[in-house]
Amino acid sequence: MNRFYFFLAAMFLLTSCEDKQKHPEPLPSDSIFNLSSQWKNQYGDSLYLKDLQGKTLVVVMIYTSCKTACPILVSKMKSIESKIAKKDKRDVSLVLVSIDPETDTPARLHEFAKTNQMSDPQWVFLTSNESSTQEFANVLSMKYKKISPIDFSHSNIISVFSPDGQLVSQEEGAIDVDKVVLTLHETVQKSK
Amino acid sequence: MKHFGFIAAVWMSIGLMSCSNQENNPVEEKSFADHFSGTVQNTRVNTAMAYIPGGEYKPFYGSDTSLVKVEPFLLDERPVTNGEYLDFVKSNPAWQKSNVKRIFADTAYLHNWSSDTTLPEGANADAPICNISWFAAKAYAESIGKRLPTLDEWEFVAMADATSPNARSKSEYSDRIIDLYLQKNRQFNPVKHSPPNYWGVYNMFDLIWEWTDDFNSILTTGDSRSGQYEDKSLFCAGGATSATDILNYAAFMRFALRTSLKADFTVANLGFRCARDTVVHLNK
Repeated sequence: MNRFYFFLAAMFLLTSCEDKQKHPEPLPSDSIFNLSSQWKNQYGDSLYLKDLQGKTLVVVMIYTSCKTACPILVSKMKSIESKIAKKDKRDVSLVLVSIDPETDTPARLHEFAKTNQMSDPQWVFLTSNESSTQEFANVLSMKYKKISPIDFSHSNIISVFSPDGQLVSQEEGAIDVDKVVLTLHETVQKSK
Repeated sequence: MKHFGFIAAVWMSIGLMSCSNQENNPVEEKSFADHFSGTVQNTRVNTAMAYIPGGEYKPFYGSDTSLVKVEPFLLDERPVTNGEYLDFVKSNPAWQKSNVKRIFADTAYLHNWSSDTTLPEGANADAPICNISWFAAKAYAESIGKRLPTLDEWEFVAMADATSPNARSKSEYSDRIIDLYLQKNRQFNPVKHSPPNYWGVYNMFDLIWEWTDDFNSILTTGDSRSGQYEDKSLFCAGGATSATDILNYAAFMRFALRTSLKADFTVANLGFRCARDTVVHLNK
């Protein structure tokens, strides 16, 4: 009798194992969460891109000492954020990735976020090292080049990613904020 | 009877242990980490490298006349071959064509290979590997403790002909390269069957185009219009007027190719070779 219960219990455990194996679902092959690079956010926490999984992402690459294009990109991000429907808000992260990891320490990003009133939890600032930054820029097909110790030349792209990390759309150059907001809304709805 | 109960208990605890292991290490994450974490394996690392002492050089284009400094470095004397890449995918299944993540390589990645671990029919194992993405080239280089050369490093070495480190002022230098670029299907030929340049480096022009680490650092056209004008020399035919070396049409072709690439692209005659710092940074 004893033996029988043991057997049942063991079988039960084995089955539950199998169930867990199927879960979580594998990432899509083209997901940015396949990148293994390590990042730090504006609070100094270490994280992987995969930790952003589950929310629709709006991503832009900037550097905080930039005087020309980045302030425009940052204001576009804020404008996008202000136009997100209330019910969508908690399903969205707005991610600003630094292309200047040397200068943009977590502390500096934190300061930047405060100055620009981007302290709410939906704002994520990321910084890593040169190689991971370059790799991420390549995933976004973004071009950038250090032209002096304090200045970068770079393309202006705002990208939207689905909650499992697949690229949904990219707006480049003169970015149409309303178009991004619409894409964002559709992506959030689709993933619900 | 008691015996069996004991065995069952052991079995259960094994079951429990393996369960908790799975929770801590999702299969997906582990297999991915192998891509870039330095655990990638490669057994063949013995490509000879040429010592390049570096120096200042004038990049091919750009309206400013400032010189760019190239630090001393080591460069593979020849491109990575089919045979070497085959070894790489054998020990790193994540880079086999049926396993590669789409974000790291487009659908044409190794498309002509007969299987995950079989070279294309009739392919020469000593011919340069092509149809690989920037991500794949980077992973290969890291697997043997090397890296991809930077654009400036590559172009610095490309200035040499057989007898001088900088042959750009010789008219036959550019003519010769253009002639080579015009030959078709040259990527199927084996490496090191043509004479080396001044530095002892082979096949800079005669077989393939090559990935560089920072190929994405040239800003042109669309990017220029988006508010950044640093590299306008390549925009709207500007290259023709502000290139520092207008006779060097071959270099112009290389820059044009690089600006058209994305990191996941794979091209039938685009391969790579590796480089290495002369000083080893232990804390990197």
